[in-house]
Amino acid sequence: MSKENWFLIILVLLLAFLPLTESRFYVFLGTDILIMGLFAVSLNLLLGYTGLVSFGQAAYFGIGAYTCALLMKKGSVAFPLAFAAAAVFGAIAAMIIGFFCIRMTKIYFAMLTLAFSQIVWAIAFKWNSLTGGDTGLIGVNFPAHLDSPIRFFYFTLAVVALSFYVLRKLVNSPFGRILTTIRENPERTEFIGINVKLFQLIAFMISGFFAAIAGALFGIFNHSVFPDFIFWPQSAEVLIMSLLGGIYNFFGPVVGAAVLLYLRMQVTSFTQYWPLILGTILALLLFFFPGGIVGFLKSRQVFTRKNQCS
Amino acid sequence: MSLPDPSFLVIQCLSGLTYAMFLFLIASGLSLIFGILRVLNFAHGSLYMLGAYLTYYFVSQFVNAPGQFWWAVIFASLSVAIIGGIIERFLLSRLYIREELNQLLFTYALVLILSDFAKIVWGTGQLSVSRPAILKGAVPILDQYFPEYNIFIIILGPAIALLFWLILHRTRWGRFIRAAALDREMLGSLGVNVNRLFTLVFAIGAWLAGLGGALVSPLVAIVPGMDVEIIINAFIVVVVGGLGSFWGTLLGALILGQVTSFGILVLPRLSMVFIYVLMAVVLILRPWGLLGKPLQR
Repeated sequence: MSKENWFLIILVLLLAFLPLTESRFYVFLGTDILIMGLFAVSLNLLLGYTGLVSFGQAAYFGIGAYTCALLMKKGSVAFPLAFAAAAVFGAIAAMIIGFFCIRMTKIYFAMLTLAFSQIVWAIAFKWNSLTGGDTGLIGVNFPAHLDSPIRFFYFTLAVVALSFYVLRKLVNSPFGRILTTIRENPERTEFIGINVKLFQLIAFMISGFFAAIAGALFGIFNHSVFPDFIFWPQSAEVLIMSLLGGIYNFFGPVVGAAVLLYLRMQVTSFTQYWPLILGTILALLLFFFPGGIVGFLKSRQVFTRKNQCS
Repeated sequence: MSLPDPSFLVIQCLSGLTYAMFLFLIASGLSLIFGILRVLNFAHGSLYMLGAYLTYYFVSQFVNAPGQFWWAVIFASLSVAIIGGIIERFLLSRLYIREELNQLLFTYALVLILSDFAKIVWGTGQLSVSRPAILKGAVPILDQYFPEYNIFIIILGPAIALLFWLILHRTRWGRFIRAAALDREMLGSLGVNVNRLFTLVFAIGAWLAGLGGALVSPLVAIVPGMDVEIIINAFIVVVVGGLGSFWGTLLGALILGQVTSFGILVLPRLSMVFIYVLMAVVLILRPWGLLGKPLQR
């Protein structure tokens, strides 16, 4: 078994004992990190594995959050169904948006993903009768059987661990190898007979699917859904998380999410100037640790058995 | 629905035009920087915000001086240009060898840092600057009144556009700048100091943003958050007009100005959605924008 699979198992086991600390703070933080970690990993499927810089990942996160919350609150749909619908809606939205975006390259791809996410944001912001507009959807309660922070934590842990397992299988499969090949050289990949656009679109959909799952979880975790979930700084923040952890490692973005959320929790308790600190961290990272935290730790290892940073 | 009053339509069109001129000032700097440096500068809205705050600062410093507003505009916009130059020279220039994403994220780091910087220095309250004395009045248009200051802006916008066009097309440095947009390596090997040129271009772009912020300060409340608000609209302008295209930026600004001004009247719900749809449609059909040229590389 690879080192990263062990990492996943140990992480899940450790986290499973987290509620024993009986600290509401750690349960809260743990749930937050798991959800944002999944969100960041979903983005990294595009960013680190396929080489597509999406600047509109918040769109699928938001669609997931709104779909699940709306179906539960206004449609009185049972939670499992609403949750599944959220993921499917995320994938469908990603398919439609991705269909246009994958035709673009580099900066134009980033701009178009941004434009689409802003469309989704503007709709959520303006469609008062459905989404509640600026005030958002308030009072999204824990579903039945998951009606305590600890139960919801375990549910999140199970969903996120399962998602990571599936995504890891995926990136280590021939499909995942093709994505990496596309990242390294799209033209050559085309030459060896691979339909690059199709693979990019599928990656985009999978990414949207898991981002929507993260969004659906976050809406319930937060007990409310706001248009801000979709606003572009949210897309920027998840990019920063991925980059902070390291985009050339599967769990890099999770590490980034954990470090960032923990820091924010600590920093905001004594100063309101969190953006200043986040900006400084980001700038330092770009200048001195372009490989992120995981990339930095790996580069320090002298005896690596094989070069895993492909 | 009865036909709206014609004078009302004219006023609405003129307000759209005023807004378009601010958009043009900011977006032309953004487009210039992208055209030459290939950096999408998220911090451009922050430089605009800084221009507005600095104008407030200089106005309060020059109380009772004749023409205090105008001096404040000059000092504020030049300060922003210098700040831009320093950022490019000492920070951004070190990231050119890295991936584009790193430059983009660095400018986003600047957004975060500068927004809190403004909050620390000037607080979170609304600040305002009064209009300069000689432009305090209003001009009768049909049976309504339109502020003189806005008319000044509508005239100033094209004047600055013309000035820039002349600099770019009729001067030696303008030729260097245009050459750098096409092939920076070749320009460097011909003996032009490309690094200095890049700093200059970034400083000019920052100056335009600072000027936009300085000139808008009498018309809006100076608040934190005005940076994030303007930057997306400036992006839409350059994308619709064409990244790196001068006239495209002007066209994009005019379109967005009018859409914003009339969209709120006709379909208040959909106007905001519409401008993003416009951006997406242009990107899909003509990624290089309405008046831009496709990238060779």
